[in-house]
Amino acid sequence: MADRENEPNKVPPLPSSFSLISTLGAVAMLSGFLVVLVYEYTKPIIAENQRLATERAIFKVLPKASSRLTFLINEGKIQLADDKTKGELIYAGYDANNNFVGLAVNAAEQGYQDIVKLLYGYQPETGCITGYDVLKSTETPGFGTKITTDKEFLANFNCLDAKVNKEQSELINVIKTVRHGTKKNPWEIDAISGSTITSNAVGRMFNKSGQALHPIIAKNLDLLKTAKQQKRGNHGQSD
Amino acid sequence: MANPTKKEAPFTMDIFTAGLWKENPVFVMMLGLCPVLAVTNSVENSLAMGLASVFVLVCSNALVSALRDFIPKQVRITTYIIIIATFVTLVDYIIQAISLDLYNKLGAFIQLIVVNCLILGRAEAYASKNSFGKSVISALGMGLGFTLALVMLGGVRELLGAGQLLGYQVFSLDFEPWVVMILPPGGFIVLGSWLLLINYFEQRKTGKLIAEDAASHCTVSQSRGL
Repeated sequence: MADRENEPNKVPPLPSSFSLISTLGAVAMLSGFLVVLVYEYTKPIIAENQRLATERAIFKVLPKASSRLTFLINEGKIQLADDKTKGELIYAGYDANNNFVGLAVNAAEQGYQDIVKLLYGYQPETGCITGYDVLKSTETPGFGTKITTDKEFLANFNCLDAKVNKEQSELINVIKTVRHGTKKNPWEIDAISGSTITSNAVGRMFNKSGQALHPIIAKNLDLLKTAKQQKRGNHGQSD
Repeated sequence: MANPTKKEAPFTMDIFTAGLWKENPVFVMMLGLCPVLAVTNSVENSLAMGLASVFVLVCSNALVSALRDFIPKQVRITTYIIIIATFVTLVDYIIQAISLDLYNKLGAFIQLIVVNCLILGRAEAYASKNSFGKSVISALGMGLGFTLALVMLGGVRELLGAGQLLGYQVFSLDFEPWVVMILPPGGFIVLGSWLLLINYFEQRKTGKLIAEDAASHCTVSQSRGL
């Protein structure tokens, strides 16, 4: 009777440390195997999806372009690259006759929720930013997401002034976002009422990108304009 | 470890249907409410999150159940978390491969499936004690119940917040969207409203049954002349 009463309180024997470690090790190995298997299988598909998303964005911000070339900006110089190159990439668009029609440039800045990433169209000859496409945004629906739908806000980018000074060292005017309804100059962005944080982020990212990249673009404009024809010429020679 | 002497209950359809409605993880058990409130601003997001959760729930429960006799009690939670995290990582890659747009919309909530208490709860409470088949069927029922709840929330929020369903315009273009519905407070409002409605009908049904039961009891008593 006394034995039966003590039975429920009996502590089961503790498994050995080897048993615990080997169980965790085996499960971790199985986990690693599955993750590597799926990663290797999906890697090229994900890379292709990213390439297509960038391609779509480039031709959206450069509607006159029918082909494009990728360039890398490195230590103040621009050189021809491919999409797999790591670093600051810009994309030059060309029409059917291989004439230069503009550039697509990446820009990013902290928004309300997370970093907002854009690809914008830039005409170096006129110094105009002519529109953008959102690559990544998790801004509040109905507020921050208005940067893609608000017609008044999008009208800022018919030709946002981002001209480079004569010394080709910086922008003539600092691009900035101003309170809704107070825009006076072509380098100012009229904010969206109710989503000023995202509007300010757009202004900051264009100014940051403009100050850093537009002077380098201006110095290397001839290379960008002739790259397509030169490339075609080289191919012709090699043929 | 599982007790081999303990006899398991037979398989019934209840194992599958319980999770769908009677023990719905959202409307009844109130589990995994973080993604429920966060990603249900459209039907598309709700469906994607629901199906991702079904995949993780079914696969992790299957593996936990298959390995239940080999996992020592002392390291079971750690093992379950490794198993769940594995399937969450897989679903993360798979969604990126299917659609980058969808992946960007769901944001961090895909990775956060790993801390959804519904999944760890089912692994600990059900899969670790039941056979492979029953665990998979139960997980499927629970997962589909979770998806159903997400879509019910997402449908109302998208309809009132954007005048659309699955991206198709339902209300006329004159309709002024209730922006609050696609913001976080909208999640609380719609979830609260669904709970109110479901509980109201449940109580009415229970009340009706009690009344019917009392009436039949009364009739029997009268016929016996009591």
